[in-house]
Amino acid sequence: MAKDHVLVSDLGSIVEALNTTITENKAYLSEIDGAIGDGDHGINMAKGFNLAAEALSGQEGDMASNLKKLSNTLMMKIGGSMGPLYGMFFKAMAESVSDKEQIGLSDFTEMIVSARDAISKISPAKPGDKTLMDCLVPAVESLQSSVDNSHDFDTALNQMKQAAEAGKDSTKDLVSKLGRSSRLGERSRGVLDAGACSCCLILGTLADEVQAKLN
Amino acid sequence: MQKIINNPQTVVDEALEGFVKANSHLLESTDNERVIKSKFAPKEGKVGIVTGGGSGHKPAFVGYVGKNMVDAVACGEIFSSPPAMMFYDAFKAADAGAGVACLYGNYAGDNMNVKMAIEMAKEDGIEVQTVVANDDVPSAPKDRLDDRRGVAGEIFMWKVGGAKADMGAGLGEVIAASQKAIDNTRSMGVGLSPCIIPEVGKPNFTVEPGKMEIGIGHHGEPGIEVADLETSAEIAKRMTDLVVNDLPFSAGDDVAVLISGLGSTPPLEQFIFFKDIAKLLEGHGLNLYRSYVGDYFTSLEMAGITLTLMKLDDELKTCIDYPADCWGLTQFGK
Repeated sequence: MAKDHVLVSDLGSIVEALNTTITENKAYLSEIDGAIGDGDHGINMAKGFNLAAEALSGQEGDMASNLKKLSNTLMMKIGGSMGPLYGMFFKAMAESVSDKEQIGLSDFTEMIVSARDAISKISPAKPGDKTLMDCLVPAVESLQSSVDNSHDFDTALNQMKQAAEAGKDSTKDLVSKLGRSSRLGERSRGVLDAGACSCCLILGTLADEVQAKLN
Repeated sequence: MQKIINNPQTVVDEALEGFVKANSHLLESTDNERVIKSKFAPKEGKVGIVTGGGSGHKPAFVGYVGKNMVDAVACGEIFSSPPAMMFYDAFKAADAGAGVACLYGNYAGDNMNVKMAIEMAKEDGIEVQTVVANDDVPSAPKDRLDDRRGVAGEIFMWKVGGAKADMGAGLGEVIAASQKAIDNTRSMGVGLSPCIIPEVGKPNFTVEPGKMEIGIGHHGEPGIEVADLETSAEIAKRMTDLVVNDLPFSAGDDVAVLISGLGSTPPLEQFIFFKDIAKLLEGHGLNLYRSYVGDYFTSLEMAGITLTLMKLDDELKTCIDYPADCWGLTQFGK
């Protein structure tokens, strides 16, 4: 039987896990970005996560402080659009868990909701615009519905992963409304959005890390 | 990849190191290695002029740092906006107590990073106001001017803002003149071959031999049409029609013209193209007040060319004629 919460102190390695995922998918993300962007999404993301992981290596940080460090690295060193967007994303996550000792489904939901709200503060992106919001918003909705329906944590995370995946896949048929690819209009249809892909990888890794401690 | 480099990951840092060294009479590095400032800034009481953007566009952006132009610049990765911290450090490098005019191009990343940097500067008591260049006609229809990206017209914006600031204008006046400059400027480009971001190692878009991408962006963003490659005169006709009709420019207007190669289109072709453009503009009844032809705003080794036109009034003429000294543009008055 899976537990219904994890200790925050057990999740200190989360940034390392995120770094592994992003690094493994560096070429994949750049290739997707190359279709309608400038082909450097994977490179920039990997650079940011590598720098953060390097700064953290050998240090005993907790989840909140490590996410904060990741956020600072992305905002200060990466630039582009993804630096500020994911910088705000992880900053909000860090703040959301900073005073917690354990995380259950409602805490996890709160954390992802605050990450979504933080992005909304600096970007007008909404679902349907072919951005990372097409992955993030369905994931948030799935979590909220799990809270409402009293699903157990493990099930809720599985459903969130599916929702994120489906949301990411939905960007393929969308026409870009924001960012560099929006200048393409109809020509942006038919390929995935690179930001939605990296968001899906990030949410999946977060869920996997929590689930590894639940089971 | 046919490139003279050492390491694809350090191209920006290495190029900047060389650039500052070669222009040490004009430029200085700062504590932030990606922020380069003019030797003459900050100048007591003068409004600071800042810009920034992705690298790979030389002379833009660092090549416009110097005397009576840009005071400090934030240099991002190739084709990627500098992080907020870099813009913030550039604000600090340029600020002389009279505020900072941040004159940059309309791209999602730059908009976010500048916005965050302004918040950071506010805490230090540095006032920053912005003008966001949107001169690229094919990037969005005229009813969505705010969606258009900034391209080579940014040079005219910096020229006017930089001159105005040196004349002693306050922040509000510098911003108003720079805004007027870009509001009166229109650009467009055509691309003939792609470019390679060193870290990516291969072209991330294609232009088939014998074709051209009309309305291409400075990062290879597709334009409005892929057409068969035409003669210089035919390309000039297409571009003149689009640009002149957009503002619109009218017979009797005095204009500044800027033709820029995109990286691997040689001056020989640029001057053929300029000759064709000049003839067409004169055909529209426009007076060529001042012309610039060269590699002013490139996209690595992309082949292609851009046309930029600015409609001039007396204030803009005075600013355009004002002396300036930087690697990208040096002139000694009218």
